[in-house]
Amino acid sequence: MDKKNKKYYLINAIAILVVFLIIQTLMSTGMLNRYISTIIMLICINIIMATSLNLSTGFMGQLVLGHAGFMAIGAYTAGILGIALKTSGMPGFVMLIICLIAGGLLASIAGIIIGIPALRLKGDYLGIMTLGFGEIVRIALTNLTGLTNGAQGLTRIPKIANFTNVYFIMALCVAAIMMLSRSRHGRAIISIKENEIAAESVGVDTTFYKVSGFAISAFIGGIGGGLFAFTIGYIAPLNFGFMKSVDILVIACLGGLGSITGSVIAAIVFTILPEALRQFDAYRMIAYSLALILMMLFRPQGLFGTSEFSTEKTLAFAKRVLSKKGKRDKKAKKGGKS
Amino acid sequence: MALLEVKNLTKNYGGLIAVNDFELSLEKNELVGLIGPNGAGKTTVFNMLTGVHPPTAGTIELRHDEVYTNSLVGKKPYDIAKLGLARTFQNIRLFENLTVLDNIKIAMHNRMQYTITEGLLRLPRFWKEEARSTEECLNLLDVFDMKDSAYILAKNLPYGQQRKLEIARALATEPSVLLLDEPAAGMNPSETAGLMETIKFIRDKFDMTILLIEHDMHLVMNICERIIVIDYGKIIAKGKPDDIKSNPEVIKAYLGD
Amino acid sequence: MDVLLQQIINAIKVGSIYAVIALGYTMVYGIIRLINFAHGEMMMFGAYFAYILAVSTPLPFIVVLFLAMGLTALLGMLIEKIAYAPLRKAPRLSVLITAIGMSLFLQNLAQLIWGAEPKRMPSVELFEPIVLGNIKIDAITIVTVGLSVIFMIALQIFVKHTKPGKAMRAVSEDKEAAALMGINVNNTITLTFAIGTALGALGGVLYAVAYQKVEFVMGIMPGLKAFVAAVLGGIGLIPGAMLGGFIIGIVENMTKAYISTEWADGIVFLILIIVLLVKPSGIMGKNTKEKV
Repeated sequence: MDKKNKKYYLINAIAILVVFLIIQTLMSTGMLNRYISTIIMLICINIIMATSLNLSTGFMGQLVLGHAGFMAIGAYTAGILGIALKTSGMPGFVMLIICLIAGGLLASIAGIIIGIPALRLKGDYLGIMTLGFGEIVRIALTNLTGLTNGAQGLTRIPKIANFTNVYFIMALCVAAIMMLSRSRHGRAIISIKENEIAAESVGVDTTFYKVSGFAISAFIGGIGGGLFAFTIGYIAPLNFGFMKSVDILVIACLGGLGSITGSVIAAIVFTILPEALRQFDAYRMIAYSLALILMMLFRPQGLFGTSEFSTEKTLAFAKRVLSKKGKRDKKAKKGGKS
Repeated sequence: MALLEVKNLTKNYGGLIAVNDFELSLEKNELVGLIGPNGAGKTTVFNMLTGVHPPTAGTIELRHDEVYTNSLVGKKPYDIAKLGLARTFQNIRLFENLTVLDNIKIAMHNRMQYTITEGLLRLPRFWKEEARSTEECLNLLDVFDMKDSAYILAKNLPYGQQRKLEIARALATEPSVLLLDEPAAGMNPSETAGLMETIKFIRDKFDMTILLIEHDMHLVMNICERIIVIDYGKIIAKGKPDDIKSNPEVIKAYLGD
Repeated sequence: MDVLLQQIINAIKVGSIYAVIALGYTMVYGIIRLINFAHGEMMMFGAYFAYILAVSTPLPFIVVLFLAMGLTALLGMLIEKIAYAPLRKAPRLSVLITAIGMSLFLQNLAQLIWGAEPKRMPSVELFEPIVLGNIKIDAITIVTVGLSVIFMIALQIFVKHTKPGKAMRAVSEDKEAAALMGINVNNTITLTFAIGTALGALGGVLYAVAYQKVEFVMGIMPGLKAFVAAVLGGIGLIPGAMLGGFIIGIVENMTKAYISTEWADGIVFLILIIVLLVKPSGIMGKNTKEKV
């Protein structure tokens, strides 16, 4: 690793830590009450969901209208396992990790199961198939009452998720997707969206990458689901219906498909906004859907398009601005003197 | 000993025979042209060779070394590319929203070895291979006089440059055989002249074997050593440019009776 | 045996409703390759318009039906002009998201206007039910199936034998070529939307009369199922929508009757996935491949 990259990775890591400390301090001093703390955790979870969807739909260009299905599988797997392990005496954090990984793995298996038929479908048809998948997952969860307690939902899930572990797991997931996108594997995935036939002609194994792309996207989505279960402590099939898939898709689109930064910002905005406007509930949904339509009409690429926040470029920009200002001040001083 | 040996290649679309009994024996370093009227089946031949469409019948053998050949029939396009057959497309298929450099880098995908995990964890092999790959890509672009455009988005290149990029990208896979599908399409005479030089240059510098489809007779007659003519899916003539020029069957196919 | 026959008659009734809604989907998809997610809401608005007319005027059922269809057609044309037409050249995903947004918007608009409480559609007594032994076929079933079939046949004739109909087929084949032939593409698309939406409304009114309930969420599931029906039969094909609708209606009803109500929806979606995997162009569809 050369010096330049080491420097920026370090800066990014410190920034992530600083943000954490700020929020954590606000929480422990009681400035942020329980309600807001939960919202912040939900923001982190939505970031995980949006960025994982961005991998399959944004980077790989495969329309997924059933991402909530992966979230559901992760949530229920983690939740059921969590309830089973509640009395095992395991430390909370260890239990969390085990349950999340289990949820993620099962979700990624579903991702592979989806990925294989997805090889034969394109565009709208692929989207509808994933929609069908999401619905089937929801219906199955509603009907397998012995396992999932059906429509009533799973209660008494241990609330072993706290802001600390949710935040850092989120940071890890986002970092992973970022690292992946900037590697040859990420380029292979993007080439599928750009021009699949050309990608194949230069040796990209599109079969492997399509299935892997779905698997990774589903895995991270499953982790998001698990965290959701452990944050709220209660999950029901209705949490993971088509509307949830749409919510996640809207966040990813409005942020910019192909931009991780966009997904992060959009997740923050579109978790806070509905909560802040909760009192105007009837009008809120109208405004929300109207905003969606207007965005598609006037800025379809979303807020960020495919650009990413770059620590390197931001610091370089800041340097230039500051040095210009320095030069101007010097000039002014000189001018003043004479 | 032929580098690419094609026999009895046929494509039958449920009654419509697009390619009938095509055969080809390509020796190393040859520059061969495949011509014929529109709809004759030329691109279909390419598509079968590169695995885009499976042939209905026939064999395709690509030489691996002194002893072994690989059969390409039934293989996926990316496996065929890995075995050493590269192509360009009639309608340019670049990764438009990616930079010129990234277009080439993706073609170098298989020249790097690091796994997904190594990429995620940014282990040393990632850094080493990426740096080396960037250098190789820039060198290749330099050969084509495109190094300065490395960070321009492919869709912002002028048309002639886009065609060049597509050829460079195909070469980045280090093929043994290069298939060019109408590389001069949409070019004016001076651009075509430049392309002719480029193709000859590629053959010499990269020790390449080239099969090209073209409609521009000036290009074909001047750089191809040997020409195959097909019409309605069948080969109607084979031979040197001079022979083909005066072949009555060929003239009939292009101009009608 | 009688129970089975009764179930089948029921299934055909539901199926014909799905078929009519599916027709609307398939027409719009055929012409501009858009999965109009808001189509279910067209069905819902049709039902609401009919409800309002039914409770506030003494107009007979048929008049109410046609008025509701007409009003919804106007709404459909408006939506097309405002939200979909500007995006004709946009990437598919953008239009899809817009349609999803429109669907949400219309649902909430309806909730705002008419409230969240389901409304009771006044019952329609047209004539005595026909009784064959132990089987009863009520007026609504006959009217539903009858109207569906009539409209489907009328549509088929329209598309095959009239100038505007042929224009529709031309535009769905190749927009540019149709324009070069002198066809007013915009008007053709608007007309297609009008007809498609009106059919959705027809389905909505029949649904409301059959189940006697009108609520702002009523378009979601039937909309999705009608869409599955359209894909099953062959999206873009009129006979395909009819066939798909009846099949889905039968499958759903039979599952509800003999397996379980809960799994009925799941089976419908499973059918969708199987169709997409085995023959995406649908039962009556043709395969087209991308040119390389």
